[in-house]
Amino acid sequence: MSGAAVLDTAPNATAQGLLGDPELWHCIQCGTCSGICPFGYLMDFPPSKMIAALRSETYQKVMAADTVWMCIACSACTTACPTKIPITVNLMSRTKEELLLEGNIPSELQAALENSQRYGNPMGESPRKRTQWIQETDQVPFMGKDTREADILWFVGDYPSFHTGVQPTARAFARLLNALGVNFAILGNDEQSDGDSQRLAGERGLFEMLAEKNARAFGKYTFNMIVTTDPHAYNAFKNAYPELDIRYPAQHYTQFLAERLEQLKPLLKRELQAKVTYHDPCYLGRVNGVYDEPRALLSAIPGITLVEMVHNRSTSLCCGGGGGGMWMDGFQWEKAGVRLSEWRVREAVRAGADILAVACPYEKPRFEDATKTVKGADKLLVKDLSELLADAME
Amino acid sequence: MKIVVPVQLVPDLVEELVVDKSGKALDLDTVRWIISEPDDHAIEQAILMKEKSGGEVIILAPDFEGVDDVLFAAAAKGADRLVKITGDFESGLNAHALARALQPLVKDMNPDLVLTGVQTHNGLDGPIGALLAEYLQMPYIGYVSGVSVQGNKALISKDYPGGLKAEMEVSLPAVLGVSSAESAPRYVPISKIRMVMKTSKVEEQDAGDLDLSGAAVVTRMSPPESAERATMITGKVDDVAAKIVAIIQEQGLL
Repeated sequence: MSGAAVLDTAPNATAQGLLGDPELWHCIQCGTCSGICPFGYLMDFPPSKMIAALRSETYQKVMAADTVWMCIACSACTTACPTKIPITVNLMSRTKEELLLEGNIPSELQAALENSQRYGNPMGESPRKRTQWIQETDQVPFMGKDTREADILWFVGDYPSFHTGVQPTARAFARLLNALGVNFAILGNDEQSDGDSQRLAGERGLFEMLAEKNARAFGKYTFNMIVTTDPHAYNAFKNAYPELDIRYPAQHYTQFLAERLEQLKPLLKRELQAKVTYHDPCYLGRVNGVYDEPRALLSAIPGITLVEMVHNRSTSLCCGGGGGGMWMDGFQWEKAGVRLSEWRVREAVRAGADILAVACPYEKPRFEDATKTVKGADKLLVKDLSELLADAME
Repeated sequence: MKIVVPVQLVPDLVEELVVDKSGKALDLDTVRWIISEPDDHAIEQAILMKEKSGGEVIILAPDFEGVDDVLFAAAAKGADRLVKITGDFESGLNAHALARALQPLVKDMNPDLVLTGVQTHNGLDGPIGALLAEYLQMPYIGYVSGVSVQGNKALISKDYPGGLKAEMEVSLPAVLGVSSAESAPRYVPISKIRMVMKTSKVEEQDAGDLDLSGAAVVTRMSPPESAERATMITGKVDDVAAKIVAIIQEQGLL
């Protein structure tokens, strides 16, 4: 046996840890995960090959490759797996965690994680500016400053708070809440990133730190439920925070509004003569099974014709922003030479849509950028559902 | 090989800078402190050298808000000793005063090499590296982007403007002003920092009375003021964009 072969077969902590995960042993090596993965074709080790390497004790090769960072945690593999292995969390994010502990991460991701550590948001904005999206005419009460008690704690999220292209969705949701007479408040500058994408990008410790900070803020006030404008935050509160014993009932805003549809309908007076297609966000649809509520809301807007793209509901295509992808555009472009957002926008154009409706704050800037580069997409409007609903109220 | 790395915290430019009532200094209540970027590179360079050929890395930092985080992050990277320098820094600190305060502390540590950031963005009286070298009676090289130690000498890669590089030899002990480490400062996972916080100790050493002499005297501090030649384009975003495009076209650049 050569020296190199010894190195290749030497067990390591990662492999040992993963081998101890009984769910990974359910793999039947059908390769469905690698086939459905939007970037599987260019990974040195797509999911099924990662599991094969684990079993053949050659996981060192997986750890030496960098293509696991192409995983955007879209959960397509997990959803398609015939033996129901939670591939995204148990295999992909676990492997990213180990690479991160070894200090082996793309520099773009490093910057987003350092920003999240220091400023509580991945874009490196001043935490003191988290509420600057609120304009004078918006009625948005703050926990602490205005009240200590509300029916709904609205968790706004990083991108609706800081990204100028996404801030209109936050303002639209504020209008909807006020129009429905909801008793709500936000955390203001005490809100921290929900940390879910950082967790799926492998930085579990950072996720825990952010979750603990949010939990401290939650604990100061009285409310009945969290409603959030970010599916990643919704997923965090529903599925990941409880693992840290942080338990609050939570809804994505589309669920919250769909439950109040009868109250909302009479307010939607303005017609919108447009063909609208809806993009299911990974962390609302595939991961949490919320497919009907956003469609019910869209159908309530007078004049709208709802059309579906080829990939919809559980087969929806990822915008490319999940699992840290939001912060690795350069890395992914270098590896792939394509953008997932462009693929999606091409489908929206083919569906004959005038408007691509979204419900996740990652999507608006990604798809808007794609409309600038995809042929025939220059007239396609990208709108968050909250904006479409608020516009229909005028 | 014993490497001492004095670092500083500087105002984080992510926050707006506010001038205080005196009109001569920043309002420290509004400042968020962050490690000076070249100092972060100095730490990385020291850790890289330790990883390559062993030794001890000691980090020294004056006690500003957030200094513990800076020290623990350095320990998570591999620093061996953490020293917080305590003193009255609120009423003003300059490079001369800090270098004088550092001199006896660093001398007692008997280092082979002192690595520090080549500059700070808020420094008005030169880099502490050169001053510290003078007070320690050691040679100094600034704008360093690579170090390899051979016996009691070090081979230094020094950057010059215009992309020029020089290789220099210096006898040890010496002080080096680092502009960039041989590789970018690494990421420190939170779990490592949390572990280090449980196991590492931050020593405290008193700076004594600060001697602030020798530095520039600030007579007035203000945000940059717009000069007369500047044309401020105001209005709606689209109108402003159209005007900018027109100006660029007028200049023949489009």
